[in-house]
Amino acid sequence: MKEITGMKEIIKPENLVYKKSELLTENIMHYCPGCGHSTTHRILAEVLEEEGLRHDAIGVSPVGCSVFLYNYIDIDWQEAAHGRAPAVATGIKRLMPEKFVFTYQGDGDLAAIGTSETIHSCNRGENIMIIFINNGIYGMTGGQMAPTTLPGMKSSTSPYGRDVSIMGNPLKMTDIVATLPGTYYVTRQSVHTPVNVRRTKRAIRKAVQYQKLNKGTCFIEIVSNCPSGWKMTPVQSNKWMEENMFPFYPLGDLKTPEEQPAN
Amino acid sequence: MERELRLMKGNEAVAEAAIRAGADGYFGYPITPQSEILEYLMEANPYTTTGMVVLQAESEIAAINMVYGGAGCGKKVMTSSSSPGISLKQEGITYMAGAELPCVVVNVVRGGPGLGTIQPSQSDYFQAVKGGGHGDYHLIVLAPASVQEMADFVGLGFDLAFKYRNPVMILSDGAIGQMMEKVWLSPQKERSKTVPGWATTGKPAGRERNIITSLELDPDRQEVFNRKLVVKYNEIRANEVRCEEFSCEDAEYLMVAYGTSARVCQKAVELARAQGIKAGLLRPITLFPFPSAPINKLAEKVRLILTVEMSAGQMIEDVLLSVSGKVPVYHYGRMGGVVPTPDEVVDCLKTKIIGG
Repeated sequence: MKEITGMKEIIKPENLVYKKSELLTENIMHYCPGCGHSTTHRILAEVLEEEGLRHDAIGVSPVGCSVFLYNYIDIDWQEAAHGRAPAVATGIKRLMPEKFVFTYQGDGDLAAIGTSETIHSCNRGENIMIIFINNGIYGMTGGQMAPTTLPGMKSSTSPYGRDVSIMGNPLKMTDIVATLPGTYYVTRQSVHTPVNVRRTKRAIRKAVQYQKLNKGTCFIEIVSNCPSGWKMTPVQSNKWMEENMFPFYPLGDLKTPEEQPAN
Repeated sequence: MERELRLMKGNEAVAEAAIRAGADGYFGYPITPQSEILEYLMEANPYTTTGMVVLQAESEIAAINMVYGGAGCGKKVMTSSSSPGISLKQEGITYMAGAELPCVVVNVVRGGPGLGTIQPSQSDYFQAVKGGGHGDYHLIVLAPASVQEMADFVGLGFDLAFKYRNPVMILSDGAIGQMMEKVWLSPQKERSKTVPGWATTGKPAGRERNIITSLELDPDRQEVFNRKLVVKYNEIRANEVRCEEFSCEDAEYLMVAYGTSARVCQKAVELARAQGIKAGLLRPITLFPFPSAPINKLAEKVRLILTVEMSAGQMIEDVLLSVSGKVPVYHYGRMGGVVPTPDEVVDCLKTKIIGG
């Protein structure tokens, strides 16, 4: 008991270096150990809280591993059909332009079944933020090949490795949307190390600020791991991601407002 | 403000009625024979007057999902299309039924299956009334038979959609959409400044977060929700049946037809009576809920029933269920975009059914 009392003396506002975001609910996240989703959820909640958006944010959750995102962040949510999140977000933002509207989607959702909705909402320059988790696999349905699965990479529907002559090449959706005039800020980040977490958080914060300017779509790809789908430990998966995913999906900004012509 | 008399196409009447009903948004995609709805709204540019958002989507799928997003915010939003496009919207429609979102979907039906024709048809009855998308659900289905009803059912559709938190379909056809008639337009209604408590508006302090979803992992909880929907549909069945009767008081031969077919049959009833055949017509205005009780009541006193549809015979199944075998039920139909004439309906009744 004495020790606990001692802890209370230490836990004081002036000693506080980190606390859980008030926007994160008490629900226990269902993600596999080591998965990037939970980290991304946390920094998303932190940015929403820090930017004062808890009463003004409307999120659109996808179909995929993050389908229950609405259970974890304490804001208003709409759950979209598979791939349709950008269209749903378009409807929300057009009718509620004063709100902060965003989608959170995986690679199957955004780059396969939702390709059309993704490209056209970016091309129209919808004033929304799209967070795109790319782990190169369909996680929730059990590790099938995704549009972003690397050449040669094994999955439950490419058990001998992705043969690009039969299955086609991986789709670099972020590179595509960066070429569209409707996007304002396009970046590719990761959340597998503390420094990368900070960079991703900064990217989300920029997207929040840019949405207020009504300049177009902000698109943040987060290259992530899938320890269960890749059949690796979390540590192995992060190493594999650095060695295999990053060369194909290099991290960094693809389009920044500074590089755009002034108007 | 007074009502206004105009000469308009059915499609134009839908568009103008949407603005006047105080709709917040319309999302659509061009397809014949309903493109005038989107064209009219783009030209009217209601964003500058009422603030109504009009957007051409990249597909029917995107359009219905934009409707989902707007409806989830508690807004009065709608879309329109024709048969092949309505098939594409079915995913969004079942999600909206599952998330209990109000909206109005207009189907200006053309001949099918597949790409089919661009002429009027009633071959989407099953799709509209029996589900269309997956899962146990119903739309409220309104069947206009005039340009006036095309206009009136937009406002009625929104009222029913919000009353029951359920998607409403206006099941029209290429004839009603394309023909011009005089129409009394309602005065401009103001767009609502309030939204329902379930809407996603950004979570204010002191209320739980609102979540628009149709997902449930626990089958027992899903069944509880399914039962809730059944209760709602039964309430709709009890309260919202609408139909119209012509010359049914002394009728021996009852026609049942909706939309364009009902207009044909109204004339056929007159022609038959001029030849001494006591015909009558019951016109369902709501297809879900179906006017089963009125048809069952009329089945007590008529000799037979003839359903007339621009299809291979779809509504006839609901008529058969309604009469419970009390009288024979026959079908006369034209397909592929062909509209029957009153003469051929009378001829069918006279020679093939009564004489046959």
